Amino acid sequence: MGEVKVGQRSVVLSPSPHLARRLHAQRVARYTMLLATTVSIIVTLGIVASLFPTAVRTIITIGSQIIGISWAPLFEPPEYGILPLFTGTIFIVVIAMLVAVPVGLGAAIFLSDYATFNLRRVVKPILEILAGIPTVVLGLFGLYVINPLYVEKYWPIGEPLAYSGLGAGLVTGILIVPIIASVADDALSAVPRAMREAAYALGATRREVAARVVFNAGLSGVVAALILAFARAFGETTIALMVAGSFPKFTANPGDPMMSLSAFIGFAGIGDAEVGSSAYNTIFLIGAILFLVTLIFNVVGNRIISKYREVYE
Amino acid sequence: MSQTISLKGRLSARRSFIDGTFRLFLYLSIFISLGMIFWIVSSLWSQAGWLLSWDLLTQYPSYDIDNAGFQSPLVGSLWVVGIATLVALPTGLLTALYLEEFAGKGNKFSRLIELNIQNLAGVPAVVFGLIGLAFIVRGFVKWGFTVGSAAAVIAMLMLPVIIIVSREAIRAVPPSYREGALALGATPWQAVWRLVLPSAIPGTATGSILAVSRAIGESAPLLLLGALSFVTFNPTGLDSPFTIMPLTIFKYASDSREEFQILASAGSLILMAVLFVLNLIAIILRDIATKKRNV
Repeated sequence: MGEVKVGQRSVVLSPSPHLARRLHAQRVARYTMLLATTVSIIVTLGIVASLFPTAVRTIITIGSQIIGISWAPLFEPPEYGILPLFTGTIFIVVIAMLVAVPVGLGAAIFLSDYATFNLRRVVKPILEILAGIPTVVLGLFGLYVINPLYVEKYWPIGEPLAYSGLGAGLVTGILIVPIIASVADDALSAVPRAMREAAYALGATRREVAARVVFNAGLSGVVAALILAFARAFGETTIALMVAGSFPKFTANPGDPMMSLSAFIGFAGIGDAEVGSSAYNTIFLIGAILFLVTLIFNVVGNRIISKYREVYE
Repeated sequence: MSQTISLKGRLSARRSFIDGTFRLFLYLSIFISLGMIFWIVSSLWSQAGWLLSWDLLTQYPSYDIDNAGFQSPLVGSLWVVGIATLVALPTGLLTALYLEEFAGKGNKFSRLIELNIQNLAGVPAVVFGLIGLAFIVRGFVKWGFTVGSAAAVIAMLMLPVIIIVSREAIRAVPPSYREGALALGATPWQAVWRLVLPSAIPGTATGSILAVSRAIGESAPLLLLGALSFVTFNPTGLDSPFTIMPLTIFKYASDSREEFQILASAGSLILMAVLFVLNLIAIILRDIATKKRNV
């Protein structure tokens, strides 16, 4: 409705007749979107609110007993030494990383610097299928193939049983190979072409370009890939429960059965734990520990990723 | 006098040996990664391939090996993940649209949400089971061990993944689309709703299908929500008891009798087949999406 002078003439610009309705639609849409956006915050608050009150209450009741080597909160009298769960978790995660880091990084370097465009187009979706194998199927594979056919037969120390931390670590390794491969490949592929070309022009071989120049340039992204994979292995429940068993043994032998932090939640949470019971309290305590540790690793990992994005984009 | 300079210098023996070894290591890595899938599938197949039949799909879980099958867990998985998708997909899509198109880059609010979503995506799945146990099964909502509780938990698990993939798809839509629409007098919402969103659909669909297939295979959180029982009837509504494929497999696998272990492997084959089909659809959709963009 504003009057605008165009040369000598004055033109009246009137808004389209539906503008009010269109703006109203936009307002409604905006509020709906804002509402949807708050859902993710509510979920996070819900997690914190569900875990921490019970966890804090539990840790206060347990007190210094928590530093002990016997974990049996479901027995009478209960024992709350959490160290066996930590050693179990560390064994599984470290073994998984030992398997997955070389294989995953090898796959990432292959995809970013060695594979042809077409080969890449075939290999990436297959890796995605590997990433999509349900953990229960991997657990089955550990239970029926890795444990009986390999760990029980060839592990030299002690007398391996049907369950082993070693088997769980190996299978968790399979789980995180595609995570390392795809995040690290993204980082290496983001390294500018000019860097590769400069190195080739100086007479570097393909390996020198890939392993020295590109790898160093993309190192922060590679580190982020390892951190995210670590966090994933740390929180994995089903594989640990199926393959390492549900006996929290404080042991230095990876061929023994053991229990990880997350496996305990799965184990003790199955039987409809009553509110306020020892099982109920301890699964929330362990859940809070899992949440905090993975949160720290994820924050660091994602931070590194957004840093290298800034550098190259 | 002419001088010939050879640009084809020879690598020293040591350098070419290291190069060869490194190449071998890379090929080995990729071979191991891809070989794992075939190893896993073939070991399941050799154990249980002969057992596959339509009966497995129509019979209900049972301790009687001859009559044991996977109907109620299949239908249960479909219910749980179906409802979760119905909730998480629109919520996630709207969040992604808001963050990409309306929130404004770099302000505090959108940075906070972004950080929150990234970290939510990294929370171990089993922790979502705990919030379900505390607030949905009991607590405020009190739905008990039902399809509704399970769907709520799976929806929370899917939400960050869907937001992340949708944002990427929306970001890939060229800015000229919006600018063109705005120049013609469309409101920002009209530009987004009529142009940006339709162009982002193939990319969003690809990511969402992958999120759905991850949700179908998810077992840990529902372990805490009473899905680990033999339910010998199909769910009929949100308040039905339920079981799901992965946990029925888990249940069979924890039986020490060999027949049940074979049954667990057969269930895994069925589950993998479902996921394979979903993955294939996602890959085809992505091909369509990238081709469209390159035209």
